[in-house]
Amino acid sequence: MSLFFAALYYAASLVLAGGLIYRISDYLNTPAPLKIPTTPAPTTGGGVVLRMAREVFFFESLFKGSLWTWGFGMLFHGGLALVLMRHLRYFTQPVWSWVDLVQPFGIYAGFVMAIGLTGLWGRRLFVDRIRYISTPSDHLMLALLLSIAASGLSMKFLLHADIIGVKAFFLGLMRFDPQPLPQNPLLYVHLTLVATLMIIFPFSKLLHAPGVFFSPSRNQADNPREHRHLSSWAAKLESEG
Amino acid sequence: MAANISAPPYRVIPIIPAIKPGAMEGLKPFVASGKIQEALGFPGELVEDWHGRAIARMGELLKKYRSLKVYLDACVHCGACSDKCHYYIGTQDPKNMPVARQDLMRSVYRRYFTLPGKLFPKLVGARDLTKEVLDEWFSYYHQCSECRRCSVFCPYGIDTAEITMAAREILDSVGYGQKYSNEIIGKVHVIGNNLGLPGPALEDTLSGLEEDVKEDTGIDVRFPVDVKGAEVLLITPSADFFAEPHIDSLIGYAKVFHAAGISWTLSSMSSEAANFGIFIGNYEQMRKIALRIRQAALDLGVKRIVVGECGHAWRVAYSFWNTLTGIGAGAEDRFALQLQKQLDARYRQPTHICELTWDLIERQAITLEPEANDHLVVTFHDSCNVARGSRMGDMPGGQFEIPRAIIRAAANHFVEMNEGTTREKTYCCGGGGGLLTDDLMDLRVKGALPRMEALKEVADRDKVNFMATICAICKTQFSKVLPYYGFNMRMVGGVHQLVSNAIRLGEK
Repeated sequence: MSLFFAALYYAASLVLAGGLIYRISDYLNTPAPLKIPTTPAPTTGGGVVLRMAREVFFFESLFKGSLWTWGFGMLFHGGLALVLMRHLRYFTQPVWSWVDLVQPFGIYAGFVMAIGLTGLWGRRLFVDRIRYISTPSDHLMLALLLSIAASGLSMKFLLHADIIGVKAFFLGLMRFDPQPLPQNPLLYVHLTLVATLMIIFPFSKLLHAPGVFFSPSRNQADNPREHRHLSSWAAKLESEG
Repeated sequence: MAANISAPPYRVIPIIPAIKPGAMEGLKPFVASGKIQEALGFPGELVEDWHGRAIARMGELLKKYRSLKVYLDACVHCGACSDKCHYYIGTQDPKNMPVARQDLMRSVYRRYFTLPGKLFPKLVGARDLTKEVLDEWFSYYHQCSECRRCSVFCPYGIDTAEITMAAREILDSVGYGQKYSNEIIGKVHVIGNNLGLPGPALEDTLSGLEEDVKEDTGIDVRFPVDVKGAEVLLITPSADFFAEPHIDSLIGYAKVFHAAGISWTLSSMSSEAANFGIFIGNYEQMRKIALRIRQAALDLGVKRIVVGECGHAWRVAYSFWNTLTGIGAGAEDRFALQLQKQLDARYRQPTHICELTWDLIERQAITLEPEANDHLVVTFHDSCNVARGSRMGDMPGGQFEIPRAIIRAAANHFVEMNEGTTREKTYCCGGGGGLLTDDLMDLRVKGALPRMEALKEVADRDKVNFMATICAICKTQFSKVLPYYGFNMRMVGGVHQLVSNAIRLGEK
């Protein structure tokens, strides 16, 4: 079993990293031929960084768009962020001091994350417009995330996992020196689901995470009169007259 | 007016309408004829291997436009946009929700360009490109006015307009174009304006206008055409030359130039600000139309290029002209360099007529007497392309402040509409993006609903009787649809129509 999970996590990490590198380089290499920031937009690069920060940390546009989705989205993403930070302790030795500080909040964050996901799913089920646009994969994605949260939380509250052993396993993986994984069915479920998430990340709508940084309507400065913006393929048209 | 078209009832405002699947199914604008298509270099009719060519064209666009690629990948179906489109609100057809409109193409993208869509199409909502899907594209991508309202609320800034443009570009490339837009683009290439108004007719119209203004004011206000060495080249939508209420704004511009003593000219070769190339998402067409303006500016030797009241034209001029023609700094080809040398760098190039007028008002180079508009209670409709695709002045949001500042200077009674319907959140008039055609009248009437609701509110509460706007399409569209909602069609007009009423001519 330990070997299976070791192989799974090496594979999942490869797919995640390779997939994301491929996607991001693809976005980078695809030109944006026209200036299309949604205005009013910042006129300088610094302004664009601020706009993007407000978008990434506070979901500014979503706040304008739908308070319910914004609220549940914030709960989920905020919870997830804390949970991920808490999980850093399984990969660091000694544990970074700020991770220790986050530690006590991580558990509540797990519940917060689950509440957010439930709310988002509720909208998908009960709001006719959102139900209409939902595909099976949208539901499955929520099911996957919610199962990850549930299996993780139940290892804290129902069937304790040997977290020292888990840590030894992952530290071993990072040194390419696989260690035994503690035997715990919930742990197996949790780890399998997380690996699944890692593998589908670069092929799914989870690409919204890197995608937002490449969105021309958000990442362009509003300065077309002052600076000429010309893509490589458009420049070729010019040389043809 | 078709008898079966009627306005939807006003809503109690906060309620989001329930979906009515299929409400607008099968609605289609006229398909472009072979002649119209071929004039633009598109196939004359649906080509035999349309499937292969459509997918190939999509692949090309995905390599040329980062917006398309990122927007097709990034959507999480959160639904924040789902109640933001005026066409959804007015028709309740779920395929008019921005996300669902995008999904018409996203489903095909997933099927042919992503691994999960190739392996598990049902699971991820991917589908084959069939003739039915292509017809559905033609229908619903001509129920989008490319107004970008959805992009304001999207957490990833996904702009449905970019996807609509790509869809129309693909449709054109397989010989399935829209008559209205493509016919108009053909006219611009041949005659120089959307109306197909030839030079002599234009001169005739303008000299008639000079007489009218003389009769009205006793002052010789000129409407010059093709005057070499004029300081300003005015590029304005051709509707300004003859349509009501547009023409009143043209008179306003002429009075502003007259009062400020600025020499100006129109061009008979390039007598059109509108650029429908943007509507069909075709870079080459858009560039070709824009290059006519560069040519006119070079031929006439002007120092400044000023753009009249037209929404998408200002977006193209402000956001794209520098890219397309090198009108600003940075371009290196021969014509662009010549133009840069010729244009006066002390001014913004291009300048919006509102920027010019407001600057003159601020410097007290012209005087407005707002009492002249005391019979009006004015509100302002922000035009979508100006609001969300351009700017005026030096500060973000200048496109909202400058027209309002002019209105306040020209009229004593100004009232804002509900803030959820103005500025960046403004609703499209319902006729933008190449939909201003009689074959889409039902859609146009329904799409105007949210704006009409906001107008009704201020008309009832504040006795608003004039809605100013700075877009030729908005003016035409509202003139047509206002009566369906019980308003007088003369209630809409240009900002420079107010200026025209209020400006002091003759002695300073």
